[in-house]
Amino acid sequence: MSTQPLAAKPAKAPAKEAVKDASMLKQKEMMAAHYDRLSASPETGEKVVCTFVPGNLNELIMCFDLANNLPEVNAIQSGLRRQSGAYVMEAEKAGHSEDVCTYVKSDVGMIAKGNIGPNGKKLPDPDLLLLSYTGCFTFMKWFELLRERYSCETIMLHTPYVADGKITQNMVDYMVRQLKEEVIPTLERVSGVKFDIDRLREYLKQSAKAEDDLVKVLQSAMNKPSPIDGYFGGIYYIGPIFGAFRGTQDAIDYYRFLLEEVEERVAKGLGPVTPDGDMGEEKYRLVVEGPPNYTSFRQFWKMFYDEGAVVVASSYSKVGGVYDFGFRHDPERPLETLAEYCLGVYTNRSLPMRVDMLASYIEDYEADGLLINSIKSCNSFSAGQLLIMREVEKRTGKPAAFVETDLVDPRYFSAANVKNRLESYFQMVDQKRAGVRSAA
Amino acid sequence: MTMSGTKVSGTKAIIERCQSLFDDLHFTAAREWKTAKSGRKVIGYMPIYVPREIIHAADMLPLGVLGGGDQLEVIHGDAYYQSYICRIPRSTIELGVSGRLDFVDGMMFPSICDVIRNLSGMWKMMFPDVYVRYFDVPQNYADDIGGSYYVGELAELRDDLGKLRGSPITDDELRNSIEVYNENRKMVGELYDFRAKTPWQAPAAEAYLVLRAGMVLPVEEHTALIADYLAAAKAEKRPMRDNCRIVLTSVFCEQPPLNLIKSLELAGCYVVDDDLLLVTRWLTEDVPTDGDPIQNLADAFLHHSESTAAKYEPNQAEKGQYLVRAVKRTGAEGVIFAAPSFCDPALLDRPMLQNVLSEANIPYIAFKYAENSGQMQPIREQAGTFADSIKLWSAA
Repeated sequence: MSTQPLAAKPAKAPAKEAVKDASMLKQKEMMAAHYDRLSASPETGEKVVCTFVPGNLNELIMCFDLANNLPEVNAIQSGLRRQSGAYVMEAEKAGHSEDVCTYVKSDVGMIAKGNIGPNGKKLPDPDLLLLSYTGCFTFMKWFELLRERYSCETIMLHTPYVADGKITQNMVDYMVRQLKEEVIPTLERVSGVKFDIDRLREYLKQSAKAEDDLVKVLQSAMNKPSPIDGYFGGIYYIGPIFGAFRGTQDAIDYYRFLLEEVEERVAKGLGPVTPDGDMGEEKYRLVVEGPPNYTSFRQFWKMFYDEGAVVVASSYSKVGGVYDFGFRHDPERPLETLAEYCLGVYTNRSLPMRVDMLASYIEDYEADGLLINSIKSCNSFSAGQLLIMREVEKRTGKPAAFVETDLVDPRYFSAANVKNRLESYFQMVDQKRAGVRSAA
Repeated sequence: MTMSGTKVSGTKAIIERCQSLFDDLHFTAAREWKTAKSGRKVIGYMPIYVPREIIHAADMLPLGVLGGGDQLEVIHGDAYYQSYICRIPRSTIELGVSGRLDFVDGMMFPSICDVIRNLSGMWKMMFPDVYVRYFDVPQNYADDIGGSYYVGELAELRDDLGKLRGSPITDDELRNSIEVYNENRKMVGELYDFRAKTPWQAPAAEAYLVLRAGMVLPVEEHTALIADYLAAAKAEKRPMRDNCRIVLTSVFCEQPPLNLIKSLELAGCYVVDDDLLLVTRWLTEDVPTDGDPIQNLADAFLHHSESTAAKYEPNQAEKGQYLVRAVKRTGAEGVIFAAPSFCDPALLDRPMLQNVLSEANIPYIAFKYAENSGQMQPIREQAGTFADSIKLWSAA
């Protein structure tokens, strides 16, 4: 038996710093400032409202000088920082089922462990929960859970589901009545600020400006090569407008800055910037349905760009608002426009509407096919995706594929499995192309 | 033979009839109803609640579609769902693609969760000739807000079904249907009261089968069936076991296997209340039969309807209190949470309900099932241990 000491393990090489373009750095500063604002609120006296990304009424929230805290974004941040796994297990230890949404469990676990935000400081207890019940059943239970914890005032804003593909007057009237008679009076009471509809109009005007530029950015992917990745990169692009910045001058500046950056890339014929620098040759153009995995975000993205695959359009980049089919916040109809915004978000759309959208992306962006990243703990997205896949395939004649991961639970990200499936999919696209060429 | 001998055969015959309706995944009874008269139509609905009065008022048969249970082999349905989605949508798809629902003229998908919501869109794509309605209900209970919206939704449903029939549904037809369903709810209430008082006289599996028959039978026939069962069950003397009394909860959507319900009682737990087939008692008071019938249905939904996980509870102090009240009302000694695997409403609500029960010093246990769960031994052991511990605590 050897008595020699084991060789010392070589020190792990530090992770290579991700390459970021200027807009990403700018956004990082915006997010950092926002988190600092939130964690400083007990000292500044600023009141805090928690709400959700789909159906986020940021313009209205700003009318009452409230700071917007989004638990979904906090869960994403925990996922990206690889803290969510421990949070999820903490929540499960406290009795939350292994079967349910991991955003919720990450949030509940984070709160149980001191509610430390991405800036390393404690996030404030909310003064108000604005339960914008839009496109996701879990939202309702999530805020009932938070209400149990914080015992703070909670407002329900119910967005009816657009099951028949059209927004009806009854739906809009219902939402406007909720806004007028319950949401706004409660916001006034909690904040102590009187509602000023002209102030709302101003914010909505600013929203529309940023939305114009966001759409131009997302649609720049119609170029070949695409200057952006509309899924992995898209997560960054949607950050400010889906978060606490829609309606602000900051958002206008950010999207103008981003658009200029993207236009410059188009002019130079460049592809997207990836964490490893400029992407090489664009070999595959994909449309992706479903949220990403956040615990292995960079590794997941790398599986695409290493193969020369760029995502030209995604449904997830519409989860906090669908703007590329013409909708803009309209300052002339301030409450109605908020209602229509909520009604139109991606997860509030029926499955046939989702199929229409994805099929049109494949056509409009000249994509090679559809890839679905199905999320274990998100029924709103996942239930029905196998039929969506078949329908889009049937309609477009383009191949589709399916991978399975989770939002922020690292136990459900199997890198080898996902990579195998992606590689098979790219081979399928090659074969399809070869078939088309030989038939021509 | 005891004096109750004939009565025993009375319940036996009724339960056999209910069991055969339960086992029949081709819905023969509903098919026969449809073919008995030309022009008849059948509207399927899933859990948790639809206003069956409006379907009835259109001379149509409301048909409860509750998945495939443990006897249906799911061949096609699994190809539509990932492994981490509950079983009821896949077996419902199986019922559809295998032709078992080919006589159904419309399907209604209530607002209960995202899976059933999305199934409404799938049904539209897969069965384009069938009337499909996602039935949204308000989560706001103010008359002029949620109430107005709901009146609009009910009016739209009424209009749609009138078009499907070929003539509008009149107010009088609606009033008549409301009356018919008031009767049915009254009889269901009597069944539940009777079981709560004397659970050995109306075993949970029997009460369930009697209630379940109402998913496929015309309501008038179902009301009579409950009355017959109650008369037979009251006349019968059955041995009272040394069981504890429990409320069974979270079983409001995907149905537990019949064996699971039987196993609970065999393990020593009398079920004295439950949230099975809530559609039969969703409205907790009679709906008025005078005035505007649509408004009356809306008012009943807003102000006199059951609490459950699919509904928002605006008042924090009220959260879960319905369960505490059910325990007190029925003299139950504990609560069993039996949730279908991957059921968002039941599983997300459970920690909050358990906290409420803890505060009220009400013991509980929890487990999961699927509609096709076959192995009951672990459930029987868990329920048996629960029953023993309740007896131990109450004796201490």
